[in-house]
Amino acid sequence: MRRLISFRDFDWVLLTFVLIICSLGVLEIYSTTYGTKFAGAHMRQVYWIMAGLAVMLTVSLINYQILLENAHWFYIASLVALLAVTFFGKKYLGARRWIQLPGGQHFQPSEWVKLVLILMLAKYFSGEGDREASLSDVVKAGLIAGVPMLLVLKQPDLGTALTYVPVALMGLFLGGIQLRHAAVILVIAGVLMPTVWHYGLKPYQKDRLTSFLHPEADSQKTGYQLEQSKIAVGSGGIWGKGVRKGTQTQGSFLPEPHTDFIFAAWSEEHGFVGAVALLLLYFMVLMRLIHNAQTAPDSAGGFVVMGVVAVLLFHILVNAGMVVGFMPVTGIPLPLMSYGGSSVLFMFLALGIVMNIRMRRFVN
Amino acid sequence: MRKQWAVTGMPGRDEKIPQTKFSVVQYVILAVFIVLAYGLWTLQVRKSDEYATRSEQNRIRQVPILAPRGKIYDRDGQLIVDNYPSFSALLLRDQMRDLNADAEKIADGLHISREEVVEKIRRYQLAHKPAFEPIIIKDDITPDERAFIESHRDDFPELETLMIHRRLYPRDGFMAHLIGYVGEVSEDMLNSPKFELYERGDIVGQSGVELQYNDLLMGKDGSRRVLVNSKGKEVGRPPNANIPAVPGQKLKLTVDIDIQKAAEQAMEGKNGAVVAMDPRNGEILAMVSRPTFDPNDFAVRISAKEWTRLVEDPDHPLFNKAIQAQLAPGSVFKIIMSVAGLQEGVAQNLHVNCAGGGVFYGRYFNCWVKGEHRVHGPVDISKGIYQSCDVFFYTLAERLGIEKIAKWATAMGLSKKTGIDLPNEVSGVMPSEEWKMKTFRQKWYAGEVISVGIGQGAVTVSPIQLARTIGGITMGGTFYRPHVVNPEQMPPQFKNVATPTSTMPDVVHVPIDPQNWITITNAMAGVVNPPSPDMPTGGTAPSAHIQGVDFAGKTGSAQVVSNAFRKSKGGAAKQFNDNSWFVGVTPRRNPEIVVAVLFEGGEHGKLAARLTAQIVKAYVEKQRRLRNNPMLFSDKADPGSVPIAGVWNQPGSIGSNAAEAADVHAGSSQEAEQSENQLHGGTVLVHLGRTRAGRSQTGKPVLRPQVAGLAGGD
Repeated sequence: MRRLISFRDFDWVLLTFVLIICSLGVLEIYSTTYGTKFAGAHMRQVYWIMAGLAVMLTVSLINYQILLENAHWFYIASLVALLAVTFFGKKYLGARRWIQLPGGQHFQPSEWVKLVLILMLAKYFSGEGDREASLSDVVKAGLIAGVPMLLVLKQPDLGTALTYVPVALMGLFLGGIQLRHAAVILVIAGVLMPTVWHYGLKPYQKDRLTSFLHPEADSQKTGYQLEQSKIAVGSGGIWGKGVRKGTQTQGSFLPEPHTDFIFAAWSEEHGFVGAVALLLLYFMVLMRLIHNAQTAPDSAGGFVVMGVVAVLLFHILVNAGMVVGFMPVTGIPLPLMSYGGSSVLFMFLALGIVMNIRMRRFVN
Repeated sequence: MRKQWAVTGMPGRDEKIPQTKFSVVQYVILAVFIVLAYGLWTLQVRKSDEYATRSEQNRIRQVPILAPRGKIYDRDGQLIVDNYPSFSALLLRDQMRDLNADAEKIADGLHISREEVVEKIRRYQLAHKPAFEPIIIKDDITPDERAFIESHRDDFPELETLMIHRRLYPRDGFMAHLIGYVGEVSEDMLNSPKFELYERGDIVGQSGVELQYNDLLMGKDGSRRVLVNSKGKEVGRPPNANIPAVPGQKLKLTVDIDIQKAAEQAMEGKNGAVVAMDPRNGEILAMVSRPTFDPNDFAVRISAKEWTRLVEDPDHPLFNKAIQAQLAPGSVFKIIMSVAGLQEGVAQNLHVNCAGGGVFYGRYFNCWVKGEHRVHGPVDISKGIYQSCDVFFYTLAERLGIEKIAKWATAMGLSKKTGIDLPNEVSGVMPSEEWKMKTFRQKWYAGEVISVGIGQGAVTVSPIQLARTIGGITMGGTFYRPHVVNPEQMPPQFKNVATPTSTMPDVVHVPIDPQNWITITNAMAGVVNPPSPDMPTGGTAPSAHIQGVDFAGKTGSAQVVSNAFRKSKGGAAKQFNDNSWFVGVTPRRNPEIVVAVLFEGGEHGKLAARLTAQIVKAYVEKQRRLRNNPMLFSDKADPGSVPIAGVWNQPGSIGSNAAEAADVHAGSSQEAEQSENQLHGGTVLVHLGRTRAGRSQTGKPVLRPQVAGLAGGD
């Protein structure tokens, strides 16, 4: 009865868009790291992408139902990992985010918790069926997302912690939150915000969050980064300055041009045309993902795919928004483009699950 | 499009997510992307130019290359003002570094206090100075401080060194007033038309030649542009990276450093001023003002204390008295009176009897001779000059009236700027009926003319004016505009910028009848004559006599305050002592040099005369050596054989028709000789001022002047 899954059912369209974005990313990493101590990062990125493809293939072979069934185990393991980071993590740049693995590699569990959270919430809401979510549902979903979020905030890693929010919101929205509950959450958030602001955030985090409102005033650090980013994007003009010709990027005025600010570097060297083209590619990826969610064999699959959509959209919004000066500096990378193994592997792992769901759309 | 995605009908195990929710998410995504695209549009299309400019500023660092100012030389090409290289430490504020955080270490390396650095940064921020304007945090840094900056390029990319060519002036204030000094252009100066093209921070001349010829001396700063990264590290060179500095033009003064030295030495330890000028063309040979200041103190950055001291000093050391002092000329004015009196035909036949004073307009006026318990007795114009008889000139003033005196004095340059190419010259005052009405809204009182006759009253002059006027009179009535730079040797493009704003023409002719000219100049020679059987009183400054040199001049001593005021202040307070003046020339007619000396508080003109003699002597000795002619300016040459016609034959002399004028004066020169013969009782060779025949080098018998009847009688 069960039809064999086949790579004919792989979402080649989605994969094509994703690989185009990845290639542009590699090109930009090459351009931004040329002649710096990061030179050669583009080749490492290629290896990461290849590893990511392998992970994607592997994951796509595993039935997502099995993943969903074991979601609570993953969740518990995640919490343990986050606690381990808190106590045994390697401190780097003032934050305890990484676990040193044997062999010189670093492991950043907070990145993977996102995926676990997607699975966990998908499992929770799909079990509830298509009815309005009760208050207890909302509170439970809030707790599922809230506990790891607090742990990550403690590291402190505000940026990653914030990425859990859209996953929770997407779950609540699709799970059928009632309008009044949404209103209550908003009120609580409104009350909590100043409290967290005063007692929960470190000064540099506050700086980051506020300096984007007036970047010129703060000539140092974050305001400076934002200002340089805007100069980079703006000076790119319509057609851009060309590969390896971006003066902001090449003169290292732009901070972290191959990771967090890669979109600024891209915009400087390829102009308005290139930047909008890149946004269009991301738009196509998102739309293709929603298409997959709609065709998912069950609501759980739909929830998982939409969770990935939420994470991806949030990353794009915050990263590109930061680059054009609409958003604070949060240290959130641009998915598929920014250099970094964790980020690449996460995206391909998430895509693997999406592929898996798609390949099983006719399976029942 | 949505239809394509809205694939439905696949049965799930449970209820599917409603389609509307997917649509909502799709619209949210669309909205997010539109917002992002709008952001890109704003930056990359609408404000693209603005950001392009800012990215340019980001990567190009411009380090100025300061142009050295032109050196200044004397007339013989001897170096007077030189430059020396000096390094300053700069803080570049466009490096986006936390300057206050680095202040401690920077202050340490440059051996200054942290507070000083922080204060300087704060002041620049408060002043809202543009970020590209660097802060000079230390001038004149030592080699090890330079090494500190070089070795910490990576740690403090905001630190930079700048080579500045600083002025090296002669020491001890030598020639300080004529040369002037330089300093940062002030806000007031930037608002003036002369400096409107300059920029903040430019080092410009602040006084003297440095100010007057600033455009020529200053040169044009260049710059070195380098591509830098955000860490301030040089990563390359942009096209047209180097704009070389254009050094300022060198400037050759008319000053003769040897004469200047003699003048400086003469004035050592005194207050006053000296102007030495070549009356044949107006070239300034020396200019001294005392007390002086050291312009090298201004070369780096003058301390507030030193500045206050200079400004508040009651002797005004920054003041160039040679062109800025306005003082009563005293008896020197009698030469001007003589010209007016003789030219008006009044003085020739004026004979007065000096009994130590006289009553004019109902008031008794003293002659200076009364102080020595003597009287002048019968006085004519000649004795009036060499004995400086006040009664004679009171009478002459009474006869002439103020309008005629003012007419001649003004024509010969009083109450007008001489037009010297130095800033802030004063004009002095020559009183007249019109002047009094304009200044005091009062009618001129005829009795006021008496004190004007001896150069007191409202008459004030500057040393440069006296030099020009007396020099011009001894030239027979040709007055040149004094100048310290010969316009001929300046590059043509600077000729217009360097000329003064004065309306005084380069040369003014006020024809003086040759007979009068000879009368006056001979009497001036008598001033420095020792007593002799024919001239038992001698001149007023016999001690200024220079052995073997045809030297002539006029003493003056001018009251600073009224006698009543002086008494009220306790008599002999030094600051109220009379000013001592002397204006001397050599030779007596058509002189090569005129020297005006103001010796403040010098009491008697003969003291200034001795100083003048020192300077003249230096000039004579130098010229005799240079021209290898020991008889130059000799008083043994026949003063009567001065080629009178030669003066009038000079091109561009008075009269529209040069040939006609020459004829006329050729005729008058004969007349002059005749009249001189007449005046001196038929003696053709007249030698004035030689009495010590026994010590004469040549041993020739000395022909004594036989001054006819008048002076010889007493």
